[in-house]
Amino acid sequence: MEVNVEARRILAVSISKLYASRSQRGGLRLHRSLLLSMVMRSARDIYHSSRESEQPNGEQPATEEPMDTNCDPKEKARLAPDLADTSADMAPGVSDKLDESDCDITEDKENLSPAKQSRKRRGKASAAPDFLPSKRARLEPGEERYAAPVGSCRAGVGDYRSALTLNQVIPAF
Amino acid sequence: MKLSVVLCPNLGRVVCAGPGGGSSDVQWCFSQVKGAMDDDVAEADIISTVEFNQSGELLATGDKGGRVVIFQQEPESKNQPLRRGEYNVYSTFQSHEPEFDYLKSLEIEEKINKIRWLPQKNAAHFLLSTNDKTIKLWKISERDKRPEGYNLKEEDGRYKDPSTITALRVPVLTPMDLMVEASPRRVFANAHTYHINSISINSDCETYLSADDLRINLWHQEITDRSFNIVDIKPANMEDLTEVITAAEFHPNQCNTFVYSSSKGTIRLCDMRASALCDKHTKLFEEPEDPNNRSFFSEIISSISDVKFSNNGRYMMTRDYLSVKIWDLCMETRPVETYQVHEYLRSKLCSLYENDCIFDKFECCWNGNDSVVMTGSYNNFFRMFDRGYQQDVTYEASRENSRPRSILKPRKISTGGKRKKDEISVDSLDFSKKIIHTAWHPLDNIIAVATTNNLYIFQDKLN
Repeated sequence: MEVNVEARRILAVSISKLYASRSQRGGLRLHRSLLLSMVMRSARDIYHSSRESEQPNGEQPATEEPMDTNCDPKEKARLAPDLADTSADMAPGVSDKLDESDCDITEDKENLSPAKQSRKRRGKASAAPDFLPSKRARLEPGEERYAAPVGSCRAGVGDYRSALTLNQVIPAF
Repeated sequence: MKLSVVLCPNLGRVVCAGPGGGSSDVQWCFSQVKGAMDDDVAEADIISTVEFNQSGELLATGDKGGRVVIFQQEPESKNQPLRRGEYNVYSTFQSHEPEFDYLKSLEIEEKINKIRWLPQKNAAHFLLSTNDKTIKLWKISERDKRPEGYNLKEEDGRYKDPSTITALRVPVLTPMDLMVEASPRRVFANAHTYHINSISINSDCETYLSADDLRINLWHQEITDRSFNIVDIKPANMEDLTEVITAAEFHPNQCNTFVYSSSKGTIRLCDMRASALCDKHTKLFEEPEDPNNRSFFSEIISSISDVKFSNNGRYMMTRDYLSVKIWDLCMETRPVETYQVHEYLRSKLCSLYENDCIFDKFECCWNGNDSVVMTGSYNNFFRMFDRGYQQDVTYEASRENSRPRSILKPRKISTGGKRKKDEISVDSLDFSKKIIHTAWHPLDNIIAVATTNNLYIFQDKLN
């Protein structure tokens, strides 16, 4: 659970860094963007792996994320799984370097987050921060989010080798 | 285990385990500090590169505002023969201006990424300075005489009425106050799509290389309208990109050899005689990753931020986020020496990622005889590693130690629970104060260490 929270937090921080770097003077730095995308991929893999282990019946994780209404980067966390679930091409040569067991985040006492998990749906009152564009439609209370559109490359449960492609996080070079 | 204070010949007084060995007494002490000493740091004044020339007489700095400031060492005075000359401002000029790429709607920063001195061939000095996109060759020359007695012009420059000229005379060169002029002699532009991170001058005295994230180009110093691409790691599909070039350097005396480092922690040595395009390396230096240290940030901290050949050309040094590694050019499998710069930060990587410090690109440098290496850290600390004596020391560049010729005291960081007196705990380190750029005089024990906007010069104490 801590791994999950930590991975999500890192993912959120990474996304905000990526967006912030777009407005940086001198343009996007390829090296920095590459490193950010690598961290995001690791965090996303960990996040999905830990989500999968929480659902032993093999059901595909719901695309709508349980909301954490407590901690500050909640908006980022909400958008993080959204971005992660958008269609992604298989990146050949991408290897899953991180197993769940390799992840030493749980031993990293400095990074333990006390934030609680809440399954409350976020209300309309909380708006996304300006610098994080909202790419998904906001849900009305009670509304279900539909499955990913046709053309998505997500082949199914367990297909966690799909990675965020550089093109999705970096504008065309 | 017995602890003793050892007088390490290169590092000064250091504490080490075991019996101390006698050696010449070398102590590092403060010499000078350059730059404004107020707390308000203008962004344009942030130092972005530091480089001694081959004789050590000149010390160049570049800053974020695109300026180059060159300091010159005063000759030793006869009155004080054992005191080295001070470095005073020799020349200041605006090397690069901000530009705008209209095609991509991007601003091109004027920040000077690197300065490299050309070997001196005549009275003038030449250096290459580069920002993200354009390299410039600057000539720095002295003028201490001026012609007087022109036939056609008055002394103030106005042209004379030709009808008033009745005689001819030869203008005479008369002494004037020394003026140092910097003039751009060549501009090497439009050769890099990505951001230039390195320039390196070849020992053939004719060519140099420039490297960006994905490509390395070879230039002739005289020719600006074309360059040869010698390394290209751009994949056909950018989605397949897994690594970028982080630094490149020519071998100090083999003009056919250069190395480039990558964000994956590898170094490739290339021989330009093998083929025109050096995509295929001659040697690949890579150390297998320690699986115990795996984390979210393993890739970031293994990215090499600097690579430097030793002066003798037998070794090279690489800097990644936490360590300095010395590689023997004959052995590709692992470094021959590894020095931990600030291992206590390994447990703090998440915080350092959030505050962006994990992306800091520290540089490293060798001393003149390759016996000591130096690199920077946080809290305005810098570290020296003596390869022969296998000792290391931490010093701090701070205003408190800025009294003339005050001896630098080694600093210690407390990593355990109990903090001893004079030790600094990891949590009280100031991560906004970092030493990224350091330089060592090629022939003497003088070092230049850049904090955010100040340049500290230290030297060993001569008795």
